[in-house]
Amino acid sequence: MIYADNAATTKMSEAAIKEMVAVNENTFGNPSTLYSIGQSAKEVLEKARQSVASVIGAEPNEIYFTSGGSEADNQAIVSAAVNGRRNGRMHIVSTAFEHHAVLNTLERLKKEGFDITLLDVHENGIVIPSEVEEAIRDDTCLVTVMFANNEIGTIQPIGEIGEICRRKGVPFHTDAVQAMGHIKVDVNELNVDMLSASAHKFHGPKGVGFLYARKGTRLTNLIEGGEQERGKRAGTENVPGIAAMAVALEEAAGKMDEYSAHLTPIRDRIIAGLSRIPHSALNGDAVRRLPGNINFCFEGIEGESLLLLLDDKGIQASSGSACTSGSLDPSHVLLAIGRVHDVAHGSLRLSIGEDITEEDADLMVDSVSEVVEYLRSFSPVWRDLMSGKSQFIL
Amino acid sequence: MALYSEKVMDHFRNPRNVGVIEDANGIGEVGNAKCGDIMKMYLKIEDDIIKDVKFETFGCGSAIASSSMATELIKGKPVSEAMKLTNKAVTEALDGLPAYKLHCSVLAEEAIQSALDDYYKRKGIESRE
Repeated sequence: MIYADNAATTKMSEAAIKEMVAVNENTFGNPSTLYSIGQSAKEVLEKARQSVASVIGAEPNEIYFTSGGSEADNQAIVSAAVNGRRNGRMHIVSTAFEHHAVLNTLERLKKEGFDITLLDVHENGIVIPSEVEEAIRDDTCLVTVMFANNEIGTIQPIGEIGEICRRKGVPFHTDAVQAMGHIKVDVNELNVDMLSASAHKFHGPKGVGFLYARKGTRLTNLIEGGEQERGKRAGTENVPGIAAMAVALEEAAGKMDEYSAHLTPIRDRIIAGLSRIPHSALNGDAVRRLPGNINFCFEGIEGESLLLLLDDKGIQASSGSACTSGSLDPSHVLLAIGRVHDVAHGSLRLSIGEDITEEDADLMVDSVSEVVEYLRSFSPVWRDLMSGKSQFIL
Repeated sequence: MALYSEKVMDHFRNPRNVGVIEDANGIGEVGNAKCGDIMKMYLKIEDDIIKDVKFETFGCGSAIASSSMATELIKGKPVSEAMKLTNKAVTEALDGLPAYKLHCSVLAEEAIQSALDDYYKRKGIESRE
């Protein structure tokens, strides 16, 4: 079996599992209590906070543990909106291909009277910093741009955007869910004010993540209750999950260069292999992308049947077709980079993990090539393209 | 729980009656690539019997399985029976489809009906009634 859906979720690392079990067994106390087992849990929690903070160049008291990336995105954006409304600034700048945790939150704010500008991400799936600068107005209360796209893996010029926002005095949030643990993220180098991350994308457990908020950022609670997380996120802390996340992140950060050196050539080998399939195209920039992300469109076929047949061959992957999303439209990311519906339905995302080998890569290329050829053999769309009745797009 | 029934997966993995009939006397195509599903049905009708039927489909697993099952249900049957094929019959024969995939069985029914319309049109009969 080749698991090639690491952008959906990753397998927990052994060290993270060990940590989670150990904390469950030995440090089960509630960190808000005063007796020793509670205080030990508090120590575990604060140690994890310190560890996470140091990986991203933050101070421990700038880290707020959450239930994951979506919660962190929601809290960052809602907080900026509340602050903005207070100062009469009700404009937010973002991009057309953000994760739905961001897009749907912005959609809600729009209904509440906010003006939202969604920037073009162009054919290569990368935001142009000068366009961010042009979009910022006197009443802009937030710029939020994802670090790396979850479908096509393109890495955004976060440092340049951060510099612009700093100069303009506008708070800057980045959804770093796909980037964290895979590429270097330093909140000071990049002038980021808020950042979201999720543990299960870097071999930590599901249901835990964090929000980084620079000192001085006024946060609004999404969950009211006790005084956990300095009063900004109520609910007894998920101590085993948080501890395991910290272990996973340290591990990922430590191995980042090694993994990237291993993954990048394999990624490029797969891209080269899949490019040999006629009427196919890579989605997103070929170079400025995550080391493990490969995303293609194949003309004349539909993504779900491709995934099912790949699964039969022991390859687990994902697609941006409408049938896999449960909606009528294919992926908003593929549409945002200018792929038309007909082509976007035939997309495939392979997000490879560190244990992949060159043999796996070649097997995947062969399997995808075979399945695409097979599905095309009885596709009426392909027949029309081949007979000249309709025109190839790719 | 699996996404699809065993029956659906069987018809998806080993679709029956795939291909083209060169001398078909009834051809129907429904759906559009924008929505992600296109089905094309080819009929060879002799003496009011569906002597042969073949399909081509661009679509998801349930679209391919629905096309395959629909062809099985009408092959060798009188035209009058094929005209009564419903999406419900296709769905039932597949041991069910997820609710959001029911439109695939509707498309299969429509593809067959469209091919039958074409057959009658070619024969010069505007209405099937």
